Amino acid sequence: MDFLLEIIMTPTVLACIKIAVIILLFAMPLGTVLTLMERKWSAMIQDRVGPNRANIGKFTGHGVLHLAADGLKSIFKEDTIPKGANGFLYLIAPFFGLIAAVATFAIIPIAGPIGDFTFQVTDVNPGLLFIFAITSLNVYGAVLAGTSSNSKFALLGGTRASAQMISYEVFMGLALMGIFMVYGTTRVSGIVNGQNEYWFGNLIPMWGIFTQPLGFILFFTALVAETKRAPFDAPEGESEIVAGYFLEYSGMRWSAFMLAEYISLVGVAALMTTLFFGGYHVPWLHLWESAPQWLVTVLQILKFTFFTVVFCWFQIQLRWTIPKFRFDQTMGLGWKKLLPLSLVNIIVTALVILTLA
Amino acid sequence: MTALQARMATSKSGADFSASVMTIEIGPAHPAMHGIVRLTTQLDGELIVGMEPEIGYLHRGFEKESENSKWIQVIPYTDRLNYVSPLLCNIGYSMAVEKLYGIEAPRRAEFTRVIMGEISRITDHLTCLGAAAMEIGAFTFFLWFIKAREYLYELVEEMTGARLTTNWTRFGGNSMDLPDGFLSDLADRLSKLEGIMEECDKLLTRNKIFIDRVKDVGTISKEDALSYGFSGPMLRACGIPFDVRRADAYSVYDELDFEIPVGSTGDCFDRFLVRMEEIRQSTSIIKQAADKMPEGPFMTDERMLHYPDKKDVYGNIEGLIDHFKMVMEGHHPPAGEIYMPTEGGNGEMGFYLVSDGSGDPVRVRMRPPCFNFVQAMPLMTVGHYVADIVPIFGSVNMIGGELDR
Repeated sequence: MDFLLEIIMTPTVLACIKIAVIILLFAMPLGTVLTLMERKWSAMIQDRVGPNRANIGKFTGHGVLHLAADGLKSIFKEDTIPKGANGFLYLIAPFFGLIAAVATFAIIPIAGPIGDFTFQVTDVNPGLLFIFAITSLNVYGAVLAGTSSNSKFALLGGTRASAQMISYEVFMGLALMGIFMVYGTTRVSGIVNGQNEYWFGNLIPMWGIFTQPLGFILFFTALVAETKRAPFDAPEGESEIVAGYFLEYSGMRWSAFMLAEYISLVGVAALMTTLFFGGYHVPWLHLWESAPQWLVTVLQILKFTFFTVVFCWFQIQLRWTIPKFRFDQTMGLGWKKLLPLSLVNIIVTALVILTLA
Repeated sequence: MTALQARMATSKSGADFSASVMTIEIGPAHPAMHGIVRLTTQLDGELIVGMEPEIGYLHRGFEKESENSKWIQVIPYTDRLNYVSPLLCNIGYSMAVEKLYGIEAPRRAEFTRVIMGEISRITDHLTCLGAAAMEIGAFTFFLWFIKAREYLYELVEEMTGARLTTNWTRFGGNSMDLPDGFLSDLADRLSKLEGIMEECDKLLTRNKIFIDRVKDVGTISKEDALSYGFSGPMLRACGIPFDVRRADAYSVYDELDFEIPVGSTGDCFDRFLVRMEEIRQSTSIIKQAADKMPEGPFMTDERMLHYPDKKDVYGNIEGLIDHFKMVMEGHHPPAGEIYMPTEGGNGEMGFYLVSDGSGDPVRVRMRPPCFNFVQAMPLMTVGHYVADIVPIFGSVNMIGGELDR
């Protein structure tokens, strides 16, 4: 028994277990459920009923079975490769996005540490720079899918996607400079703990959204554009270039693109919670000094999940409320408006920090 | 054209420029091509440098089929011309035949036609605006408009028994009178429609992204619009207040008070605003017509235009003979040829009829308003980006049924 425990407590095995738990119990289920929730929420917005037909006998569960039905359908669909496509690149392209989406969760803490044990796969030193590196990987998926499909629509989608994602990466980093300056670190744990400080006694928590309101808007915009969600979904452009870079895909590979989109939607929400809404810290909980440790951890997980779901909801609400940008407008917004704004944000933040110091 | 000209100026020579052109087939099966049409587009990157629309995918031989039918048998075919405003086509065709006869429908029939025609015009505009907005991402707007359209389709169903295949008018009147309680239902549905219009107006009309997508896109000048033979909302968006309902004052439109909204620049945004305002004007026309609704017959009592009453068929010999001749030989409009323009959902929808008095149509020709618009697609799109095809084609409101006939 001790022997087993010893094996489990080795860092590598522990990290693997954490990866399994966070990915399989948090990211994947939330991403999967969101595919259904998006359809249900959009139905509510649009005075429709939404999916409710998949059933086992008389049981429909308000559309829950559609999750299983969709999954089964994709698995059993033929996995086609178009004529003239570059087979190898075509086959591996869907998984770049999926890997990038899942890897985001590696550095996100979902609750505070208990002793030496952290609820975070790894607290790497570069911290958020890791996120930037990983999201860059996303571009490969879109570009490879677009160029290897041997379809003009897919090619247009692929070029749009690469141009958009590379441009938005530029100021995504700049938008976060403010956060690095305020909390003095790029480590995620440092930023989260920095947000547990308070202004005016115990009145207002020093959350990212209060210290960096402009940075919040900029970073959120950049992330939405980076994940190619509406209103920045010109690369998919369902009405003019049909489905963009993944037009030719079918079956499970198509599902991989969809799943990557929804997991990165959760990833965006989790990242926003971590960086701008105090991460797992429940505000004013430190005032209750006699709180038992297990209760604190449960509350932290609940708080983190709550804010993540709220942000997921916000992104879905965004998609079904406003129209889409045209591709050149997306680029114009990025380079001409958001990039200068993020530079201004850096300068103002620096000046304020200097004045206060 | 500025983006295109800039691109051409920067390219070193004409040969370099043409080498980078990619031909892409948009349609016939493509999400933005509602109806079926093919746009063979030349792209330089994202920029459109050439386009050639190809039509005819929905050709069903309406005109030839009509020549092989009796006059009355053409009415159901007209339902399928503009399938989002079938009643306007019914009315247009029946009025053309009435013009051939030289008769007029009773006043009650005319007022009912105005009400039903304007309902059809509203459904046409709702579909066009909703679909165009959906394609640039405003999906919610589309479904709210479809909900409003559903309220109006219920009214159409109440009146004609069908939502789309209405087959409602006859020569010299209508097949049916107003059903019981129709006018109160009408008032109820119109107030619902107004509520939805207000909501949608708030949601989209002043949305910055939406305005960016449609403003200065697909602009066409007054002169070009006239030379291409534009009519309806597309022409009015260019600033020319031409409306057949006012210019020709057919039916009882001269007794009703309404305004003709006009745009100024002729871009997609103006077309959107013109159609939105026309929905409001049509609502007001329907209300006025409902208030003025006269009592009286809904069908002419002229012999050989309508089937005699059953008591005449079984009660006297003239009735029986009339019935027999109506069934066996149909209508006999006098020999001659006429052109009757009416304001359809898209613009001037005219019927050109030739009769030799024999009881069979010699020629039934329909002027489809959107034919001219699709012809002008290259003029409106070249120099814009490929994503602009969507709002431009949406505002054109191509209806395959009336375009290809």
